[in-house]
Amino acid sequence: MSDLADLTIARAGTGLRAGEFTAVDLLEAVERRAAVTEAHLHAYLTLDREGSRAAAEAADAALASGDARPLLGIPIALKDNMVTKGVETTASSQILAGWKPPYDGTAVRRLKDAGAVIVGKTNLDEFAMGSSTENSAYGPTRNPWNTDTVPGGSSGGSAAAVAVGSALGAFGSDTGGSIRQPASLTGTVGAKPTYGLVSRYGLIAFASSLDQIGPIARTVPDAATLLESVVGWDPMDATSYNGEIPAISRSLDGGVAGLRIGVVTELTGAGIDAQVLAATRRVVDRLADAGAEVVEISLPAIEYALSAYYLIAPAECSANLARFDGVRYGLRVDGATTEEMMAKTRAEGFGPEVTRRILLGTYALSAGYYDAFYGQAQRVRTLLRNEFTSAYEQVDVLVSPTSPTTAFEIGAKTADPLTMYLTDICTIATNLAGDPAISVPVGLDDAGLPIGFQIMAPALGEEVMFQVAAEVERLATFVERPRLATSKVVAP
Amino acid sequence: MPADIDIERVAHLARIALTEDELAAYSEQLVHILEHAERVQALPTDGVEPTSHPLPMVNAFRADVVTASLARDEALAGAPDAENGYFRVPKILDES
Repeated sequence: MSDLADLTIARAGTGLRAGEFTAVDLLEAVERRAAVTEAHLHAYLTLDREGSRAAAEAADAALASGDARPLLGIPIALKDNMVTKGVETTASSQILAGWKPPYDGTAVRRLKDAGAVIVGKTNLDEFAMGSSTENSAYGPTRNPWNTDTVPGGSSGGSAAAVAVGSALGAFGSDTGGSIRQPASLTGTVGAKPTYGLVSRYGLIAFASSLDQIGPIARTVPDAATLLESVVGWDPMDATSYNGEIPAISRSLDGGVAGLRIGVVTELTGAGIDAQVLAATRRVVDRLADAGAEVVEISLPAIEYALSAYYLIAPAECSANLARFDGVRYGLRVDGATTEEMMAKTRAEGFGPEVTRRILLGTYALSAGYYDAFYGQAQRVRTLLRNEFTSAYEQVDVLVSPTSPTTAFEIGAKTADPLTMYLTDICTIATNLAGDPAISVPVGLDDAGLPIGFQIMAPALGEEVMFQVAAEVERLATFVERPRLATSKVVAP
Repeated sequence: MPADIDIERVAHLARIALTEDELAAYSEQLVHILEHAERVQALPTDGVEPTSHPLPMVNAFRADVVTASLARDEALAGAPDAENGYFRVPKILDES
C-alpha cells in the first residue's frame, strides 16, 4: 500500500472502518511525514503528540464498536488562531507566546466531538494579517512545491501541511482570502463558507465582520466533509447563522449541465498572470463543454473592494486587538504605570504588520475620520453586495482565478505592504459580500507551481458551489503532488 | 484626505510605545496606504446604507438563565501577574 499519509480523508475513513489500518497507524504515518518535511517547511508551530495519540486510541476503540462517523480517527491540523484547550495557541504572535487556553473554540469542540485527531497547530501570518505566512513571529512557512517560495497566507501552515501530507485535512480562517489564496498556491482545495455558517467563538478575532473558519483538503469531497462537521448555530457567537444549513455535499455528483456560470470580467484581465489566465480560460471552456451556460459578468465595484477592505479590516483589528494589554494573558513588559506597561507590552509583543494595521485602524476610527473612512467603506460594501445580488439573478455561480499569480519568492513582497495587499484582489470581494467561495487546483505553471480556480456563490449557496467545484476537480484531473510529499526527501 | 498624520497621537490612542524612527516609518507607510484607500472616497454613495453584517439577521437572544462559566483559577491561569484571586497590575492612578 502507498504511504497512509497520502490518502484522502474519504479513502482513509474507508480503510479505518474496514480495519485495513488503525487510527494510530494513520497518525504515525502523518507524524513520520512531518518528521521529514517540517525541517523544510515549518508548517507547524506545535505538534500535540500526547493529545493526538490519546485521540487516535479513542478513535480506534470507537471504530472497533462500529462507529462510522466520517472524521473518526482522521488526523487534521488547526491554524494557530483557533483556541485549543491546554494546547499552546499563539496566533503566531509574541504577545501570546506560551498561552495555553482554558477552553476550546466551538469549531475545535465540534471536531473533537466528531472524533477527529488534532495533530497540531499550524503557522500563520501574525493574527492572520498577511498573504504569505512570512509575518510570523516564529519564522516563515515554505511552500512544499518549491521551498524558495511562500505557501500563501495567512493560513499557509495549514495549506502546506495538507499539501505535503503532514495532515489529511486542516482548518484555517479567511478574512480577505486567507484560506483560498494559500490553497491556490499549494495545490490544495480551500473553502470560505458564508459568513455566520461556522461559529467564530474561539477564533482569535482579526476583523469580526469578515472572519470565517473554513477547511483545507486535498479534494473537494474532503473539504465538504470537513466543513459539514463544524457548521451550525452557536449560542456563543451572536453572528452565527441560526437558519437552515445548506446541504453542502448533496450535489457533489450533480455535474454542471444547465448551470449558469459567470466569468468575472474585472478578475480575468489586467493584473492577472498570463499562465493563470490561460488555465482559468481552459477550465471555463471545459465547463461549457460539460453543459454549463457560460456568460461574462461585470462587477465594477470590485475595483474598490481592496481599498474598502484596507479600511474595514484594520479598523476592526484595532478594536479587537485592544484586548492584548498584558493584564489577563500573554506577554507583559513592566512599566511604572499600567498605561506604560500596556504600551511597552504592545510595542514588544506585536510585529510590524500588526502594528501597522492597528495604527491604520486607530487613525481611521479616530474623531473626525470615522465617517470618511469606515462609514464610506461600509457603504462601498453595500454597493458591492448589490452588484453580487444582481449577478446571482443571472448566474448560479461566479468564477475567476483565486490568486493573480502562482507562489512568489520568499521576501519578494515584504518591502512594500501595498504590493502584498494586491495579492488578495481576487478573494477580498466575497468576504466583503459575506458570500462563500472555494479554490480548486487546476494545473501547474511552467515553473511547476500550482494554479487555483475560484468558484463564488451567493450567501448560503454552498450546495451549488461544491457541486461546481467537484466538477472542476473532475475536469481538471489535477493529480500532481509536491516533490516533498514523497518520503524519499532527506532532512537537511 | 490629510497629507500627513499625527502619528504620535495615533500611537498613543493605540497604546503602542514606538521610537521616533518607528513613528516616522509608520507615518510614511500609512500615508501611502491611505492614498490608495482614497479611491473609495471618489465613489458616490449618497443614500446608500452601510453594510455592517452581510446576512439579514436581527438580535440573537438567549434565555436569561445561569450557566457554568470558567472557574476563577482557570481564568487567572494565563495572567502575567495575579494575587488573591485578582489580576494584578502596576498602579493606575498617578499618586504616591
